[in-house]
Amino acid sequence: MSALHTTNNSIRTSQIVRIRTESPSVKTFILNDKLCAKAKPGQFLMLWIPGVDEIPLSVLDAGDNLVSVSVKAVGDATMHLHNLEAGATIGIRGPFGNSFTESRGKVLLVGGGTGTAPLLFLAKQLAAKTERISFVEGAKTKDELLYVKELKGVCSEKTLVTTTEDGTAGLQCMVTTPLAELLEKQKYDMIYACGPELMVKKIFQITEAHKQPLEASLERLMRCGIGLCGSCMIGKYRVCRDGPVFNSAQLREMQEELGISKLGFDGSRIPF
Amino acid sequence: METNPLSISFAGLTLANPTILASGILGYSAESLRRVAKGGAGAVVTKSIGVEPRVGYSNPTVVQSEAGLINAMGLPNPGIEVYAAEIKFSKTVLRVPVIVSVFGYSAEEYAAVAKRAVLAGADAVELNVSCPHVKQTGAEIGQNQKLLVEVVETVKAAISKPLIVKLSPNVADITVSAHAAVEAGADALTVANTLKAMAIDAETMMPILANVRGGLSGPAIKPVALRCVYDIHEAYEDVPIIGCGGVSDWRDAVEFMLAGASAVQVGTAVAVDVDVFGSINKGVETYLRKKQFGSVKDIVGLAHHK
Repeated sequence: MSALHTTNNSIRTSQIVRIRTESPSVKTFILNDKLCAKAKPGQFLMLWIPGVDEIPLSVLDAGDNLVSVSVKAVGDATMHLHNLEAGATIGIRGPFGNSFTESRGKVLLVGGGTGTAPLLFLAKQLAAKTERISFVEGAKTKDELLYVKELKGVCSEKTLVTTTEDGTAGLQCMVTTPLAELLEKQKYDMIYACGPELMVKKIFQITEAHKQPLEASLERLMRCGIGLCGSCMIGKYRVCRDGPVFNSAQLREMQEELGISKLGFDGSRIPF
Repeated sequence: METNPLSISFAGLTLANPTILASGILGYSAESLRRVAKGGAGAVVTKSIGVEPRVGYSNPTVVQSEAGLINAMGLPNPGIEVYAAEIKFSKTVLRVPVIVSVFGYSAEEYAAVAKRAVLAGADAVELNVSCPHVKQTGAEIGQNQKLLVEVVETVKAAISKPLIVKLSPNVADITVSAHAAVEAGADALTVANTLKAMAIDAETMMPILANVRGGLSGPAIKPVALRCVYDIHEAYEDVPIIGCGGVSDWRDAVEFMLAGASAVQVGTAVAVDVDVFGSINKGVETYLRKKQFGSVKDIVGLAHHK
């Protein structure tokens, strides 16, 4: 563990192998990196765009010396990344953070936007081991519903529920609506979630109300990625090092901050 | 009555053990400081706080290198007005001394922040006159004797709590800085801050840190920091020193104490384990028992064989 976090995990450069367009705002970058190719679902890597920025990205897939990450163009760094072409040189360090536990039996995965990425990775790994995988995926609009084809492959059509805010595909609602209905009907061995923090907070409230176990991946402003700088703290936890995946008991401990406030670049608390 | 062999007192502070969280590591929130205290730290030092909020530099702010880390965070902090509430809250949840690290762009700024920190409940103030990567503060003050004396004197006059000065190793002779700081009123010295450093990527031919230059910490700088402590203790035996630089385990801590440190600060090793403080303490205690010393105070400076 120690070696991975400091000396043996220094930044290395690599060429982008392939780029795939997932939606009008999301591209997937496939990179060559032996260490990150061993990443587990839930882990993230730090991607350096030389001269621009270094950003945390959760792993979409890993194996055979390759690792993929999905990136939504939202700011300077991600726009820059979107403008790169295959063959461009970027820097990588990682994989960092913990991963989702592999539950058996009946599992339900709930993803919002690019938060679906680590859950698709998880679903692929769980497919052979669990009794049944159900998936609820939400997006603002049809074009932004990611990985639908891949998800149908791991879940089966029956157990995949899609939602959009504008009703252009699937149900017109937030992911939390079908989630509450599913929990009403059925007990799951584990519920996994990843997405915007306010969505995660609602999911947590629903799983708590139904007394069902949750593992949720959180996203915070991140700088060092290795548990030193404190930029990503929520309660007593470092999202980069103690997380990014937290279970129900840990989420209970951070209720004063979950979906309420986060640390800004200057370390002050910013309300959501 | 059995006394705690790890307990130490210096500069008016009493600590249950000699391990302290170094400034810059975690430390934005009272919750993060509490976590470190639970990990066994005898005291905690906060992030360096200034008058105004600062967002710090863009990423990369940290480069992981062969035997340590190079960082240039850029002193991100919410400013003392906002942070005062965090200090106040930390005093209600922490049982260990809270040392507030302070920086400024003038003696008056340092003094204003220090005063406000003490008012909020700080048990001591540590002056950051050694950050190697922000202009017009930190090391640019600590490396200039005249400025250093002015800052230390002004802060000393403004507060009644212990004043610790964190020195830069990026000087020709650290005993000169030590002498200046103590003469100006420092109650103790933290020795030392990071070594000025940088990293370049051969492939892209680019400096990696967004700020280009940063400070090297971790195992790589331990021998340098150890020598700094030894130098100062040799020249000024009575000055309390907090050793800082690459302390990762009990053996490092013991070595710093033998060189002349009363306590040690731990920073980079927290990346490996937040509970590193507890394991250092356990190891130091075993060492004391094995070597038949009743107190950690008894080994301070023993490597000098005076």
